[in-house]
Amino acid sequence: MQRFVAFSHKGVNLEKLKSILKIFIAFFKIGLFTFGGGYAMIAIIERELVEKKQWITHEEFLDVIAIAESSPGPLAINSATFIGYKRRGFFGALFATLGVVLPSFTIIFAISLVFEKFLALEYVGYAFRGIQSCVAFLILSAGVKMLKNLKRNVFNVLLVSLSVAAMILLEFFAPNFSTIFLILIGGAIGVCAYLVGYFKAKTKKEGGEE
Amino acid sequence: MPLLLDLFLTFLKIGAVSFGGGYGMIPMLTDEVVSHGWLTETELMNFIAVSESTPGPIAINMATFIGASQCGFLGALLATIGVVLPAFIIILVVASVVKGLLRFAGVKGFLSGVRPVVVGLIISTGILLFMAVVMGYSAIGEPLSFDYKSLVIFVLCTAVYFIYKFLRKKSISPIFLIIFSALLGILFYGVF
Repeated sequence: MQRFVAFSHKGVNLEKLKSILKIFIAFFKIGLFTFGGGYAMIAIIERELVEKKQWITHEEFLDVIAIAESSPGPLAINSATFIGYKRRGFFGALFATLGVVLPSFTIIFAISLVFEKFLALEYVGYAFRGIQSCVAFLILSAGVKMLKNLKRNVFNVLLVSLSVAAMILLEFFAPNFSTIFLILIGGAIGVCAYLVGYFKAKTKKEGGEE
Repeated sequence: MPLLLDLFLTFLKIGAVSFGGGYGMIPMLTDEVVSHGWLTETELMNFIAVSESTPGPIAINMATFIGASQCGFLGALLATIGVVLPAFIIILVVASVVKGLLRFAGVKGFLSGVRPVVVGLIISTGILLFMAVVMGYSAIGEPLSFDYKSLVIFVLCTAVYFIYKFLRKKSISPIFLIIFSALLGILFYGVF
């Protein structure tokens, strides 16, 4: 309520409210109709928001994808927040994000209410035993697909193999060690590698000048 | 720590470090959720299957699902807010204050180290879950119990994936593969 009052005091506001509602509805639809997350969504946003509604340009959208790929969190949230902000500032971002989250939340919450009972049915139980193998495969294949997309250089190969080895050894011998640290260590190694490269280049340059 | 707060903080943590899209969060999620004793690996994999087969980002689906399973509606709400918040704030900062944040060399360096590690973590999570399903692995020293049927289902899923890729030149939808494996599960565990 507070928000609506604030709007009407400022003036314009019905217009602004309407456009925020439009943003909300557009992202609600995107949240509702994208199965399989991330990359399925790029196509839909491209068609709906870039080509039809022209809320952002194609170049801006490529930027959004680049930003999404280098920041944590699901691509859906990243692009909703970004596009919402571009359109209507903070509240645009907020309602775009709410819109994209709401379908997931509602559907999954409804499922969670009946899931235990559903799973207790004999044949559903069998089905989910089969699904377990499939999930292991899906995760492995997602990892392999990402591996293929990495540039093949010494640094990447070394870090991938080290993290696989570390993760598996830790699982066996120190299950309480948090995976989050591995990611942060990776980031720290990346920063060090960058600094080493930077200073090497610098000393080389200075050496050349003298 | 009260459960609701714990859920919120755990998912906030996961949201802050889950680089690399939906599957990027699976290693941290497995780690945190299993070590908190919230779910077993089996339950977690059921949740992943449901999250893959329903619309919306897998990260949101998993957060809502796990939150709901632990603490009903409020659990679902707080876990979901937790997982969304870091992305929301970071993007706001990038979009408004420091437009070039992700172009800073230091940030680029950080990400260049994070990316291969995430790939390694996803692959090893896949390997560990495979061991849990097929070999009954739970912890070092615990007796193993092989489940040959699940190995056959794994191999069949792999075969269908590659045959489809060969014939159609694109990846099969995960939902289709999940349904396929569900039917195999009913066939192998229920009928034979």
